[in-house]
Amino acid sequence: MALTTATAIDQVAVRTRRPNALARLFDNKLFLIFVCLTPAVGLLAVFLSYPLGLGIWLAFTDTTIGRRGVWIGLENFEYLLSDPLWWNAVFYSVLYTGVATIGKFALGFWLALLLNQHLPFKSMLRAIVLLPWIVPTVLSAIAFWWIYDPQFSIISYLLVDVLGWRETNIDFLGNPWSARFSLIAANIWRGIPFVAISLLAGLQTISPSLYEAAMLDGATPWQRFRHITLPMMMPILAIVMTFSIIFTFSDFQLVYAITRGGPVNSTHLLATLAFQRGIASGELAEGAAIAVSMIPFLVFATLFSYFGLGRRKWQQGSDNE
Amino acid sequence: MASVDIRSVTKRFGSVQVLHGVDVDIDDGEFVVLVGPSGCGKSTLLRMIAGLENITSGEIRIGPRVVNNVAPKERDIAMVFQNYALYPHMTVYDNMAFSLMLAGAPKDRIQQEVNRAAGILGLGQFLGRYPRQLSGGQRQRVAMGRAIVRNPQVFLFDEPLSNLDAKLRVQMRAEIKDLHQRLKVTTVYVTHDQIEAMTMADKIVAMSDGNVEQIGSPLDLYDHPTNLFVASFIGSPAMNLLKGEISGDQFRTEGGAMLPLPKSMGSGPAVYGIRPEYIHLSPDKGIEARVHLVEPMGSETQVSVRVGETPLVCTFRERVNAKPGEAIRIMPDRALAHVFDAEKGNRISIN
Repeated sequence: MALTTATAIDQVAVRTRRPNALARLFDNKLFLIFVCLTPAVGLLAVFLSYPLGLGIWLAFTDTTIGRRGVWIGLENFEYLLSDPLWWNAVFYSVLYTGVATIGKFALGFWLALLLNQHLPFKSMLRAIVLLPWIVPTVLSAIAFWWIYDPQFSIISYLLVDVLGWRETNIDFLGNPWSARFSLIAANIWRGIPFVAISLLAGLQTISPSLYEAAMLDGATPWQRFRHITLPMMMPILAIVMTFSIIFTFSDFQLVYAITRGGPVNSTHLLATLAFQRGIASGELAEGAAIAVSMIPFLVFATLFSYFGLGRRKWQQGSDNE
Repeated sequence: MASVDIRSVTKRFGSVQVLHGVDVDIDDGEFVVLVGPSGCGKSTLLRMIAGLENITSGEIRIGPRVVNNVAPKERDIAMVFQNYALYPHMTVYDNMAFSLMLAGAPKDRIQQEVNRAAGILGLGQFLGRYPRQLSGGQRQRVAMGRAIVRNPQVFLFDEPLSNLDAKLRVQMRAEIKDLHQRLKVTTVYVTHDQIEAMTMADKIVAMSDGNVEQIGSPLDLYDHPTNLFVASFIGSPAMNLLKGEISGDQFRTEGGAMLPLPKSMGSGPAVYGIRPEYIHLSPDKGIEARVHLVEPMGSETQVSVRVGETPLVCTFRERVNAKPGEAIRIMPDRALAHVFDAEKGNRISIN
């Protein structure tokens, strides 16, 4: 009797085990990881790694349009180092990124602090602030093109015809330095919303009771900003700044749509120079080399803002809650 | 140290009135607890003393000075917040030193004050840590240390123990009371927990719906609640409150039970109140009650019974072996029963 019961249990066990083979496979963690990752890895490989790899490989060849290149090692980069236009673009890219980032963060942080106050029509104001970011870049570029137009510029109109402060129109895009700063101004205008909204999100995570405690401790508004807001915002500032630097340094659309790198190549960023050499002039390999030459700058900027401003000691350790 | 006088203070948020003319006198060195259910305006009142909320009308004095238009930092008060509001990016030392640093105190004095506070609270070994690395009770102590360092005229506590677990709450309760006895600084303490209020206060201010219901010593509120709100809010388990009618020296509940009154009171509708511990077992001449639920606590036994249809909660010092459904005989202590006006809820004076 006992024996038959045992066999019966065995049989039940066997019967329940067999259809489980597939289910058990899906319970296997390794298999699941493999299955779930495959599509993502595939997509990344095809649409991200391949173009990136191809770009880097091209930079080490002498490919032009219509001619399959051969490996020439670092020759392209050696050439770039002796190319004043490349140095020019490096200089302007750094200037463009530096000045525009400072501008965007100063104005964006200020705007975020304003929007964090209790204002009437708060949500509408926040929506309006986002507008420059929502408008397609090319569209805003065309608008700035008009604003900076030598004849029809609204700024010149205001200064000359309305206020009478100047005799002549300003030629914003006609000479190198004014063109450089005009583009930087346009980039700041476009970049403020991203910075402001991201920092606003960060500001809202700071508990109001910290400000109240600081108020009771005798902190003035400036001291509350200096000792509470700023240190608490450092982590999010680091992330937003990293992104902002990457976007600004690799900017293309705004410059290409407004000046195309002119006048006399003074406003070429590395990205626009790479496009002009690689596509417009057909020197694919040289364009690729210029594009690859951006990588060290980006890595350095990212590391700097990440480690310089990033995770602080007070954020480490476990939450004892 | 200073007294705090609150004179017919009201508070409005837009069209909502949260305080309807509150008067409280707080003597120098007193430990006053504002207690009431959430939304009764007790925290708002505390924040008005601190200067974090404007005073719509009325007057608050700290010492001899009217502080209605005085900035928080000028009021010479220190506050402990419910979530402690420790600065997460500063060490314990810097958290406590912050106010002195802002005041521009010399370094050695800051160090001396912080060490004094850390000594009082036993925080010496944690001075270099960040708030994240501390337990709830330690954070609570740092928040108090931040207050002590400033040597304020008045301590304000806004539900400081509600984020702690039950055991720690009892411990910190004793620590805060001990601290007050040592420092003797006027303290205003807000809580919704009537046990905290009872155990800590020199004087309780019971509030509901933006009104002060009663002010008095803990036992005063316990023994002589002025109205139904205080009677039901103070004491755990809560006082039995039963609707019904007075008839002579008996009270007939809506459920039909007859309960004894301290004296003959004529007739009319009223609410009868008796605390659970004032109901005794009385096997000989008691009222028959059906046992509904027995909750033994070791030191006492809490028994829910039905007299007719009237539910009553009783606490017996004796151990009761009754099972649900069985009958026991009980007798309220008639001298300790209260009678409340049926309409307004005020206690009808008996003695």
